[in-house]
Amino acid sequence: MSDFSIVQFNIQIGDDLTHNVKPLLHEIKHGLDKLVETGQTSIIDLRSIPLAPGEEDKILSMLGQGEVQAQLNALGLSEVTETQYAGVWIVTHYNDENHIISRFIEVTTMPEILCSQTEDIMAAYSRLTVSLEDNV
Amino acid sequence: MSEIEFLNWVRGPGFQIAIIIFVAGVIIRFAEILLLGRKPNLAEAKGSEMSSGLRTIITRSIPDKGTFQRSMFTVVAGYIFHLGLFITIFLFAPHILMFKDIFGFGWPSLPTPVVDAMAIVTIIALFAVLIHRMRNTVLKFISTKEDYIVWLVTILPLITGYIAFHRIGMTAPTLLAIHILSVELLLIMFPFTKLMHTFTIVMSRWYGGAISGYRGVKS
Amino acid sequence: MTNNSNKEKTLGEVMRSRGVSRRSFLKFCAATASMMAMSPAMIPKIAHALESARRPSVIWLSFQECTGCTESLTRAHTATIESLIFDSISLDYHHTLQAASGHAAEEAREAAMNENWGKYILVVDGSIPTDNPGYSTIAGISNLDMFMQTAAGAAAIISVGTCAAYGGIPHADPNPTGAYSVYDVIKKFSNNQLDGISSATLAKAGEGSVVSKPIISVPGCPPIPVVITGVLTHFLTFGTIPELDHLGRPKAFYGQSIHDRCYRRPFYDKGLFAETFDDEGAKKGWCLYKLGCKGPTTYNACATTKWNDGTSFPIESGHPCLGCSEPDFWDGGGFYKALSMPTENITQTAIYTAAGAAAVGVALGAMNKSKKNNAVAAHNKTTIDDLEK
Ligand code: SF4
Ligand code: SF4
Repeated sequence: MSDFSIVQFNIQIGDDLTHNVKPLLHEIKHGLDKLVETGQTSIIDLRSIPLAPGEEDKILSMLGQGEVQAQLNALGLSEVTETQYAGVWIVTHYNDENHIISRFIEVTTMPEILCSQTEDIMAAYSRLTVSLEDNV
Repeated sequence: MSEIEFLNWVRGPGFQIAIIIFVAGVIIRFAEILLLGRKPNLAEAKGSEMSSGLRTIITRSIPDKGTFQRSMFTVVAGYIFHLGLFITIFLFAPHILMFKDIFGFGWPSLPTPVVDAMAIVTIIALFAVLIHRMRNTVLKFISTKEDYIVWLVTILPLITGYIAFHRIGMTAPTLLAIHILSVELLLIMFPFTKLMHTFTIVMSRWYGGAISGYRGVKS
Repeated sequence: MTNNSNKEKTLGEVMRSRGVSRRSFLKFCAATASMMAMSPAMIPKIAHALESARRPSVIWLSFQECTGCTESLTRAHTATIESLIFDSISLDYHHTLQAASGHAAEEAREAAMNENWGKYILVVDGSIPTDNPGYSTIAGISNLDMFMQTAAGAAAIISVGTCAAYGGIPHADPNPTGAYSVYDVIKKFSNNQLDGISSATLAKAGEGSVVSKPIISVPGCPPIPVVITGVLTHFLTFGTIPELDHLGRPKAFYGQSIHDRCYRRPFYDKGLFAETFDDEGAKKGWCLYKLGCKGPTTYNACATTKWNDGTSFPIESGHPCLGCSEPDFWDGGGFYKALSMPTENITQTAIYTAAGAAAVGVALGAMNKSKKNNAVAAHNKTTIDDLEK
């Protein structure tokens, strides 16, 4: 950020303002424990937690980048990335105008949205059938 | 009346009414006390009135050993709740803002958690003195209805303020309005009850000392 | 505005027929849950409910308003989501957004009303003048008449914006048009305190039992766009009214005060305040209480939902909260007066009182003194006889 940005005027980054960062990371830890023990997945909506400016970035940078990065094209872009902690995923949905519309931390082996959906598979089956019939 | 209307009323006309009664009441009572006058003392002065009076203001505010041992509870609890009242009323940032709006100047505040803790201590001390008053036979005997009313209007702003700060039970605007209303009740009762001692205590202590000084005895 | 052929289809069918994949739909549901401040655990439920939801008909009436609410709504940042919602509702009448006007538009409204009697959602923005029906009319119909007639057939009424929810700016002191909120107008109606309603309207209002319609208030000046769509989506998804607080506001959005969720709260607690808009404190992002912040008495979702594509909210850009989602926020003695400050000029009151009281005090003092002197003069020494009496 440049020195002149308006954002910097009122906002201090790195000042653990809301004290929500630590508890959130602990919640993720518990989520991992639960996932291993019982296989239960958990989702945290980052928009539901009061975070000071810069805190979301702080959380993201602490979680870091892992091995998997995926992009979806479904009603605008979506990014699904595994963090450096296996099993902890960041799912970010954008709209057509590339604005973030929601962001979740998912603790799971694979975020549901990456899986092919039964309805889509069924539709795919019939489309493939039709195109095979047409071409043969 | 919506809750914000209620809040606006207690912050506006309600507060105005309370201030009018408070200021008028205090001034009239002072005028009554001071203008009544005293008969001139024809005896020759054996010492200074002024210095003895001033000294007494201080000495009477510090309990002597005997008094302290006899009524330790009253002294300690009394000091705690008076100090607590001072801190919660005058060193809480939002309150200072109000004084600043009226007097045109402000002063530094204490951190909110400190004031918060002090409020609790004060409330406890006030309950302790009430229980003491009701359980001590002598105190109970000499207590009048006014004593209990004064106790009530003093503790109400503390309790409502504490609840308003922590938003317990009702929505914030209503709680704040109730708190201000309780302060207005205190202001209205003030000049007509022994709450007046807040102002008269300095004067009467000085007077007590001055009489002794005139006579040349220790007060 | 939308074609009626789609009306009988469920939302799921509409989406599929448009080639929206299930995966996109899930994304939509996830964003919706987040928008409605629901737990992510609700996502599958939302997906299921939306699949089978039918398109409700919506009639939007604008009365004494500034169009700010509609402006806010049309700038809802989650463009995809909003367009999906708008595609899935059938906005049959909206003064501002529709091309038609005058009698033709009113006929369309009546047609939509008759077709969906008892089932449509009525959205109102703006307050309703009650003093003189002529203060605000549309196609010659007074706001009061139009509101009552349309409310009679609604399944629920949504008051969008502070004006519709509490009366807002038109209702502010001295309220020259006798403007009232949707809720107050209906209350006045049930208490027979309204004049100037046509007899036809009266009959219709009675028949539709206007008095018992559920009202959802979505206050704000303007309301946060996703809060408006969130309420519509809730109705669309679950077919029910969301849980409301004592002022009729959905708890999901108005459940917590700005102050409770404000990221500057730690500064408030530490007693670190900005004193002016350009001092050190302001630059360091300290609490804005002393600059008049109404966050402590204001219930709204700004602190978490935020504005302008989720960029920030007023306090984040250094301005105190005005309290726009609370009743009578215009009459609170000034936006820059701290909440703990009196709204009237107390100094002046005190000085005038003091002057008056001093005079009275002197007079009373003089009276008391003469009383005392008289008493001294009339004083008789007590004798043994007196005591034996
Ligand atoms: S800026 Fe306003 S809402 Fe935020 S902590 Fe201060 S008073 Fe509360
Ligand atoms: S911060 Fe306060 S005044 Fe501003 S939009 Fe939100 S509720 Fe309204």
